[in-house]
Amino acid sequence: MTALEHETPGRQLRTLLGRHEAVLAFILVASLIVLATQTDRFLTTSNMLNQGRLMAEVGLVALPMTLIIITGGIDLSVGSVLGLSAIVLGVAWKNLGLPLELAMALAVLTGAAAGFVNGWFITRVGVPPLIMTLATLALYRGLAEGISKARSVRGYPEWFFKFGQGEVLGVPTQLWVLLVAIILVAVLLARTTFGRSLYAIGHNEVGARFSGIPVDRIKLSVYTFSGAMAGLAGVIFVSRVSTTRSDMGTGLELDVIAAVVLGGTSIFGGVGTMAGTVLGFSLIQLLKNGLALTGVKGDSTIIVIGTVLILSILVTNFLQYRHGRRK
Amino acid sequence: MTVAAAAMPRRHDSLGVIRRIFGSQEMILLLAIIVLFVVVGSINPRYLAERNVTSIFLGNAYIAVAAIGMSMVIVSGNIDISVGSLIGVLATLSGSLALAGAPIMVAWLVPLIAGVIVTSIMGFLVAYLRIPSIVVSLGFLSILKGGLISVTSGVWLTDLPVGYHLSQMKPFGIPTPIYFMLALTLLVSMWMRYSGFGRSIYAVGGNAEAARLSGISPRGTVMRVFAIHGAFVGIAAVLFATQLSVIQSTVPPNLELTIITASVVGGVSIMGGTGTVIGSTLAAILLAAIGSSLIFVSMSPFWLRAVQGVLILLTVLADIYRRRRQALAR
Repeated sequence: MTALEHETPGRQLRTLLGRHEAVLAFILVASLIVLATQTDRFLTTSNMLNQGRLMAEVGLVALPMTLIIITGGIDLSVGSVLGLSAIVLGVAWKNLGLPLELAMALAVLTGAAAGFVNGWFITRVGVPPLIMTLATLALYRGLAEGISKARSVRGYPEWFFKFGQGEVLGVPTQLWVLLVAIILVAVLLARTTFGRSLYAIGHNEVGARFSGIPVDRIKLSVYTFSGAMAGLAGVIFVSRVSTTRSDMGTGLELDVIAAVVLGGTSIFGGVGTMAGTVLGFSLIQLLKNGLALTGVKGDSTIIVIGTVLILSILVTNFLQYRHGRRK
Repeated sequence: MTVAAAAMPRRHDSLGVIRRIFGSQEMILLLAIIVLFVVVGSINPRYLAERNVTSIFLGNAYIAVAAIGMSMVIVSGNIDISVGSLIGVLATLSGSLALAGAPIMVAWLVPLIAGVIVTSIMGFLVAYLRIPSIVVSLGFLSILKGGLISVTSGVWLTDLPVGYHLSQMKPFGIPTPIYFMLALTLLVSMWMRYSGFGRSIYAVGGNAEAARLSGISPRGTVMRVFAIHGAFVGIAAVLFATQLSVIQSTVPPNLELTIITASVVGGVSIMGGTGTVIGSTLAAILLAAIGSSLIFVSMSPFWLRAVQGVLILLTVLADIYRRRRQALAR
């Protein structure tokens, strides 16, 4: 086994991944136990379901972000895309008078279009993803602010709140949406040629190109997917808080990237799993909530998240140290 | 591309130099700044009033100073997204020291030292424990931001002592931040261009393995770049803290993005290995001038960010186009 690990990098990486997810699962269980002993309001079904509700938006965006980071890219514009989609939803319904169903579709489409623009410039013009999405982070937020003129939209009909505040079979609606999305994306990533191609692109893009993988088309599709999911998260966000504002989703990109990286996806590309990402955003949400319930002041819970992020990578690096250097 | 290059006639060397200077990102930015001032100034002459021009430079000098350190970090092939939070923490530290009755010099210098310590820890994690800089700085962003909020709860620091406001001083009629911005930009650009260590930053950012084989320690270089970056963040924080009569002890929103944008628009390649701090300073000025110009051409301030986004994109596209042409010409 040890000899094999040294021989094939693929096997080696898989072993490491297993380790990282094991580390994460351990931290998750440990913090569940510790936090549960601190307060009896933490480990209750209603609290857990409620936390799931709050987690859905980050979770939905973290799924495509994992795919993007696996290809060696990044999308910093997701928070702004969420804001823009939310504004499009509000303006299309209130100001243009479209049916709300159509406005919802339009919001998701806007997200997809925003993601497509990112992907188009990244693949066709060759703008580095970090720079492209940094520019559109400003641009899309700017469009949201310009279109809305800082006015919020309220007064959505009752049925619309089903997505963000309602329940299906006792579980928050958006948690079902997230669950279905997780399963679909996990299968896509682990069981399809498309998914395998993402790893190939992240490992060696030129190599992937020469082996006949349609690199540009695949990258274009994951950025478009990322935009669409941010749009969907925007619709759910609006439904959850009953109002549309242009500053929605500000800073979302950092939460999402933190969750994905915490989940063991390498920022250099080529490595990462859905299980890791799911563990990543669940752990962040549980820590935030558990600490808040045990009396830690609101925003200071993010200190712990920052520390866990660095430590988890450090521990994984330490465990993999004997396998030689990172690529 | 190689075929085209072979077919191209060789240019005369002197012409090549002129082309290189005029085709550089720095020159594009300088021209953009001049065009902006001329166009907006002809629409509304008040844009060129001394008060407005000074406020453009003065209010954004700290961004240019922070972008110097950031440019070095990016040239070395890394990134620091915690810089906005660190500026918030160090500005609050400086203000609190001044309020606690520490000598003014201490209130100005301690943030510098604290900045170096924090970024050295980051540099150590990046260089020696091999955690990617984006992850380390993402973690530090949370730690610094959360730490600041939990310690201060975002209170405003007021009644700062007389003589503390460095940024409001005007030796020889010019505000101090402008001296800092110009002097540091010139010094660092010379230093990065001509000193051995300066060259090694480019070497490590361009190809760490090749740098190592030619006798440069990539780890040591990255570690030192982060430490130096901390000093610039410290200076930027003091300039920021002493700018107004109050300091809000929170993290200025989007500051890290503004600083990274200045570096990137200034021509510092996110892949590492290229770019100058003259470019990043010019870009910081350009971004500030654009922000200020909207009001003067009676455009709704709600569109400010959209315009900025488009302009960032245009600058980056111009840079890519320029590089392609140069690659063809070579």
